[in-house]
Amino acid sequence: MADVNRGNRPLSPFMIGTYYRPQMTSMSSILVRITGNALIVATVMIVWWLVAAAVSPECFASADAFLRSWFGDLVFFLSTWALWYHLGGGLRHLAWDFGYCLNVETSEKLGWAMLIGATVLTFLTMIVT
Amino acid sequence: MSFRTDRQRAVGLGAAKSGPEHHWHMITTSIALLILIPLFVLSFGNALGGTYEEVLATYSRPYPSIIAGLTLVVGLIHFKNGAQVLIEDYVGGIKRKFTIIAVNMLSYTLIAAGLFGLVKLAL
Repeated sequence: MADVNRGNRPLSPFMIGTYYRPQMTSMSSILVRITGNALIVATVMIVWWLVAAAVSPECFASADAFLRSWFGDLVFFLSTWALWYHLGGGLRHLAWDFGYCLNVETSEKLGWAMLIGATVLTFLTMIVT
Repeated sequence: MSFRTDRQRAVGLGAAKSGPEHHWHMITTSIALLILIPLFVLSFGNALGGTYEEVLATYSRPYPSIIAGLTLVVGLIHFKNGAQVLIEDYVGGIKRKFTIIAVNMLSYTLIAAGLFGLVKLAL
């Protein structure tokens, strides 16, 4: 007699809501997920731009105008920050995967490092490119 | 009455439904992207803003083209697997299956379209 209680087990509450106060560990983690998935917007724009360049000068002109409009600039600026933040989160996760930096204090410090690092790298990217 | 043992019914039905290969795949693609992303940001960032002729010239060279191709393929596979975990966390039932299929379709379509563009630009 297995699974008498199938599908009716208690669940722990979702991390965002009234149950837990916001913490560096949970917030930096959910932000890794948000930034990673949001990067699909910039990816679609880049692929569109590449295909348009391959098709014709007219196609390229309209794609290029969209990517370099104020809206395109905003998407790329936010995406650059998202990219560096997600990369930092990936580095932290790799460290965790290999058994390092697993205590709360270090994880919180690394969360701050990801936020500050992403901001610094975003402005560096804006200068270099 | 089922003749399958409880243990046999449970095999392969851990929280992840499968073994650790999904997570291992995230690790390997993320390490590849640690190298690819900075190179892609620099080369694409410098290509964007050029004229049509400049963009054509840039992507007919091997370095920007190969970096862009690798970044798109590895990045979108990483996205496909990562987004699947997101969907599995927040979406249930038949919706989960269809959303995962949609993410797969989007990822592979973008890979194919991006590679088509890069190949045509290079030739």
